[in-house]
Amino acid sequence: MPSCAESSWFARKVVRWRATASVSWSVLLLPATTMLFIFLIRFQLFHPIQWTSECLGLLTAASTIFSLLLLSGVVLVIGFFNLEYYTVVPSIPCSRVALLAKVLHPRQCVHSLVHCTVGMVVMWCASVMAGGRYRTLGFPCTHSESSSGAHDACLNEYHLFFLLAGAFMGYSHSFLGVVQNMNYVSFQIIQQYKYLRFKGSLPWVVKCSAVQSLYSVRNYVALYFFFGHIPRAWISNTLNLQIDSSLHSLDSLAGLLDFSLLYHLWISGTFLLFTWYITVLLFRIYVTESYSFPVQSTFAEDAEQCLPKVLAEKNTLIMKFLALQDLALLSQHSPSRRQEVFSLSQPGGHPHNWNAISKECLALLNELMQRLVAHHDAVASNGRAKPPSASSDARSSSETSGTEDLPQTPRPSVLMRTPGSVFLKSSNRSVGSPVTAPFTPDLDSPFSTPALRRLAPQPGPQQATWFSSVQSPHVMRRGPKLWSASTDSQTNGSATASPAPAPSSPPPEQKPSFIAQWLQNRKEQVRGFLAKRVLVVYLFNKLPEASSQALFADGQAHIWALEGLSHLVASSFSEDKYGVVQTTLPSILGSMLSLQEAVDRHFKLPHASSKPVKTSCSLGDSTYKTLRFALRAALKTAIYRITSTFGEHLNAVCISAEHQKRLQQFMEFKE
Amino acid sequence: MCSLALFPPPLPSGQVTLYEANNELVSGGSPDCYEKQHWEPPSLNFPRETLKPHSRPESSSKAAFLDHKDTLWMRSAGAWYKYTYKTFSGCVLALLRWMSSFHGSLFPHLTVNITASIPHFVFLSFSKSFAVRSFAWHPHTDKFAVALLDDSIKIYNSRSATAPTLKHRLQRNVSAMQWKPLCASALAVACHTCLLVWHVDPTSLSTRPSSGCAQVLSHPGHSPVTSIAWSPSGSLLVSASPVDTAMMVWDVAAENCVPLQRVGGGGVTNVSWSPDGSRLLAATPSALFRVWETRMWTCERWPCLKGRCQSGCWSPDGSRLLFSVQGEMVIYALTFSDMTGGPKSAAVVADLSETTFSGTGGEITVGGEVQSLAWDPSGERLAVLLKGNAESSGHSAIIAVFKTRSSPVFELLPCGFVRGEAGAEPRLIQFHPHFQHGALLTVVSAFFVELPLSTSLA
Repeated sequence: MPSCAESSWFARKVVRWRATASVSWSVLLLPATTMLFIFLIRFQLFHPIQWTSECLGLLTAASTIFSLLLLSGVVLVIGFFNLEYYTVVPSIPCSRVALLAKVLHPRQCVHSLVHCTVGMVVMWCASVMAGGRYRTLGFPCTHSESSSGAHDACLNEYHLFFLLAGAFMGYSHSFLGVVQNMNYVSFQIIQQYKYLRFKGSLPWVVKCSAVQSLYSVRNYVALYFFFGHIPRAWISNTLNLQIDSSLHSLDSLAGLLDFSLLYHLWISGTFLLFTWYITVLLFRIYVTESYSFPVQSTFAEDAEQCLPKVLAEKNTLIMKFLALQDLALLSQHSPSRRQEVFSLSQPGGHPHNWNAISKECLALLNELMQRLVAHHDAVASNGRAKPPSASSDARSSSETSGTEDLPQTPRPSVLMRTPGSVFLKSSNRSVGSPVTAPFTPDLDSPFSTPALRRLAPQPGPQQATWFSSVQSPHVMRRGPKLWSASTDSQTNGSATASPAPAPSSPPPEQKPSFIAQWLQNRKEQVRGFLAKRVLVVYLFNKLPEASSQALFADGQAHIWALEGLSHLVASSFSEDKYGVVQTTLPSILGSMLSLQEAVDRHFKLPHASSKPVKTSCSLGDSTYKTLRFALRAALKTAIYRITSTFGEHLNAVCISAEHQKRLQQFMEFKE
Repeated sequence: MCSLALFPPPLPSGQVTLYEANNELVSGGSPDCYEKQHWEPPSLNFPRETLKPHSRPESSSKAAFLDHKDTLWMRSAGAWYKYTYKTFSGCVLALLRWMSSFHGSLFPHLTVNITASIPHFVFLSFSKSFAVRSFAWHPHTDKFAVALLDDSIKIYNSRSATAPTLKHRLQRNVSAMQWKPLCASALAVACHTCLLVWHVDPTSLSTRPSSGCAQVLSHPGHSPVTSIAWSPSGSLLVSASPVDTAMMVWDVAAENCVPLQRVGGGGVTNVSWSPDGSRLLAATPSALFRVWETRMWTCERWPCLKGRCQSGCWSPDGSRLLFSVQGEMVIYALTFSDMTGGPKSAAVVADLSETTFSGTGGEITVGGEVQSLAWDPSGERLAVLLKGNAESSGHSAIIAVFKTRSSPVFELLPCGFVRGEAGAEPRLIQFHPHFQHGALLTVVSAFFVELPLSTSLA
């Protein structure tokens, strides 16, 4: 895995230690949850004394101890997967097909498979602890064949039902993890001690696991009702177990409407999800705990662990994020560390610390601004630019206009990949998130077929103008995909007679262009044909506001950069003895104001300012959906912080006239 | 320790306090006559010019209330009608809400009818004559918002003639408002069921911003919201409800919140952030308040002996907290410093027990419990709104102004009593947050919307 393979000092020393601590805490919590689970699953309303004594006896039984050991192993596995799959920048699929690809990605398949297995193990433990009819997979048959011999074993369908439920819940946990970005680790808006944070979110985790388990039970029961006979027959065949025909089979209405069975299933499911969720929660709490990097060190060998160096780090994203968080915190809360930032180097008298920090923050802000501008240009050119000639494009736009609501991929000549995917790729490399970046709209995607690649560079004049002038991004993007999805139909279609009016006008000397155009027409027809199919439209349509979310996926870093910079600048007004901040103030103001402009323009796009629906009760963190709003607010606050601190002095700062005007608006509190 | 007996006697009725000059409160016959007074020229210019923009919205808002008077009466009558009707359903609702916000600690106040309990905790009485529910100055510009009894909010700006009116379906029982610091437009409003954050574009000429400009923040079990406080850095908003033991810390733009819960004390009635952002006062309905430290969000418990913490205010540098306790006629002070790890006990800094002054217009009794405290941003003046006694005629609510001195020892020195126009009963006091030339006190009283009082400092 990338995060381990590269193994920067931070991943080695800090992240791994934190993950270990979180896993050990979740293992330590296991006996308590198991005890609670035993009491709940063995609950007997009318025999309280028998219930208590039975449970207390069970707590020390060998089977329980063995189950506990197994469960600890399960927690270790889950903790390992948390460490390997977590990401601080969520990957946001822009269409349903991308989501599907994410689910089917090999990495994700491994995740699902392991979770299925582990879920079965947990459910086996649960059934052992529940005892009674759930205890074993086989039991001696009781009815007619009892005369033939005791070693005749029958299949205990209840046990099988539980095991399959475990597999189902494991899979649905893994699946929902992809859909709800459960591997995304968000940072809290306030700092709290780990214990208090854990205590505060415990009720919420209990509620989440109970509700999720309820949904899972519903889905699983429905599934078992229809397909339950298949695994049952398979198991009984392979293990040579007989099916006891005197009992109700569980895939019937009477078998499933057993209240106590459903209750036990629900409690076991809650137990399963709870142990896993606790592991996830503890991991998140540990990993996002703030880490204090030294601003400068006296020893040269520690230099790479200092804040200015760490901020420039590209590979270990978690370290970069924690460093930015630390910067934001130190700029607000700690005057002594601020002094270190403003200090001058001892021989030479250069403000190296401040220069490095401000340069890194400004680079972050400028990068975001460029991303926004590129995205905006792409969208705007798509909306406005009309083809000068190219009848084919008119056709294409008329054909696809009904289905394409918001093509947002940038013009490929400007930027070869979507802004979101640029980042996701880099993040993928470093953090090792299971992103399927190739499947986010992307020209290099495996969906773009060689056919089109061969087609594109063909020198036909019309073709060339079509590509260079129109470049309708959705055509570029959508085209390859649909094309690839229907290569066979295209090859067939070329053989069969097509009703399309073949362009007869081009003279014979424009042969390549004629072929190209003919191919183009075929392609348009196929696309038009496919665009009318509901399923294709459903799969390939852009999810609204997904591209906006993807643009701001790493917004938290920018928010911290803004906070850190603005607090440092504001406190430099009284604390900066040597005036080191003065030299960079114009560029800081300049980038903040340009970013403000870019963000304002972005929010004028459709879907950009629509609020996401609140997810009801899931462990998936949906913070990334509103990061763009938080960024907008943080940006304004940052500019106001500087203007309100410096006041009239800002008139002396030399920035462009346009920015000066903008700044004046801020100084008068009119923004 | 300062006591009310050291004060100069309050003005007889009919006289109005105009401003403070040379350590004395100057009075006059009516609030309009200060322009005729003879000031020494250098100090004349500043208050006049800076006061004018404030006095203008004052008169305009008065006119607005006159216009509204009929409908307001009708509306308030309707509201009272509804109150009596809703008592039963309110009880049921309260019970339901209590069950939903069952947080482990059971306190008698939880079973109180919630609608009736709000004024109790918000330190306001919704008498029919009192048209203003809440008042908030913008922290950076000459702009303020007034929440009226009909649940609409009006915003007055010294620089523009338009006074936008904010109305929203969920804007019921407004109990607190605060402008977001370091922002021109955002106004947080604590409502009965939720928290609204209005974004009022300061350059817009619209008089009726649509409800799309308002962001609704709600959390199950967290209602009614009675107190809110923005962090001075403008990034976080804290909201509190007397029936919810958890205090919510909101990231408003991202609309997510972190509940902060501590056992004991019941809900949280009043939150106030220290001006430097390092500490937060959270009062509970029982005899207990907490002081949160906002870096790691841990809290100190401060049990009071007599009653709940009635009101509190922070010194501008955030190192000193003055508070008053229900049932006691004193002001306490707590001094925090980063070195010693916090104070051990609160010290009494002012005695506000009843004192009788005999003047020309009969005996005037002054003193009693503190209704609210306000400390001006420069840290030189402290205004204390003292509760009156409704039975006796000579004992009405009054504002006492103290001078504060922090070195060598913290001290309150008497300055004087502020008297409004006849019959005006002060309800809300607030200092103008960025007045350049001293301290500008705004008083919202029962009949007058505000009475600016400038204290010009030598």
